[in-house]
Amino acid sequence: MNWKRASIAVMGAVPFIALFAYGFTRDPGEIQSPLPGREAPEFALEVFAPGEAPLARKVGDTISLRELNGKVTVVNFWASWCLACRDEHSALSETARQYAGSPTQFIGVLYNDRPQLGIDWIARMGGQSYPSVVDERSRTAIDYGLYGVPETFIIDPSGRIAYKHIGPITSGVLQTWIDSLLPGAATDTASLLETR
Amino acid sequence: MTRYPRLTAVLVAALCVAGVVPAQDASSPPRPSLSASEDSALEARTSALASSLRCPVCQGESIQDSPSELAQNMRAVVRDQLRDGRTPDEVKQYFVSKYGEWILLEPEMKGLNVLLYVFPVLLVVGGLALVVVLVKRWTTPQPDVQ
Repeated sequence: MNWKRASIAVMGAVPFIALFAYGFTRDPGEIQSPLPGREAPEFALEVFAPGEAPLARKVGDTISLRELNGKVTVVNFWASWCLACRDEHSALSETARQYAGSPTQFIGVLYNDRPQLGIDWIARMGGQSYPSVVDERSRTAIDYGLYGVPETFIIDPSGRIAYKHIGPITSGVLQTWIDSLLPGAATDTASLLETR
Repeated sequence: MTRYPRLTAVLVAALCVAGVVPAQDASSPPRPSLSASEDSALEARTSALASSLRCPVCQGESIQDSPSELAQNMRAVVRDQLRDGRTPDEVKQYFVSKYGEWILLEPEMKGLNVLLYVFPVLLVVGGLALVVVLVKRWTTPQPDVQ
């Protein structure tokens, strides 16, 4: 055997094998968002579904992110045509009710859908505890780098995006993040990002 | 200043209701109307830039080519930003700041991305060199070894 040739062939092949091996550890469908850690894009959107007391807002009211400064804000993008949105609906609605007495605000943002279809969907799902707003021409969705629904953004009291969740969110994830961001929380949010 | 402000307001309102003049968003400042040539130039710049941005809900399609509603809304953002005086680079940076570099159909030639452009060229050059060396070796008569 020609050892010189064999070692050259191995040395040539190793980087390619390493590259492919690295590729197999990555999910090609997962796109890293640059938004967590940055200031949340401002929005001012009109309420079309009021939610339920004590979290209700009047239909036609405008909810702006600026007015929510000092609160942990959960912004959930959803649509009536989105099947996965059904899976997270009760978790969002019940967690919002659970945190009603604390400085938190849940907002649903209807994405690429008609408000009437959204209202019908909420009725079919048995109601929604928090208000939903309509995003005309998806301007807010684009500002939040959305590429599908459901996606949920958790914004800290200073207006910074702490976490972006792609796909149906669970009450456990919501509670962990909200608890860590509420004033006086002891949890380090950086460790939450590492362990998720 | 118009001489008949009330009449003008009524006429504009009537045209808006009739759909002749598109109503502006309350949040966005009013934009001056464009002449036909300005509009076609803006459309051409929008198309060129939209062709370089990836549609987030499609498979390898640009927002220029995709008929999806999100792509069309993103294209409208491109058009609005160009119309507001942003440069194509600034508009690209806006989308990169929201979606990351993934949104660019052609990655920028910087950092590790340089490898994407250089590596295929090196492979082709190396392959050609190997072929030349092998062909030379095969076609060169071997001296008799005795």
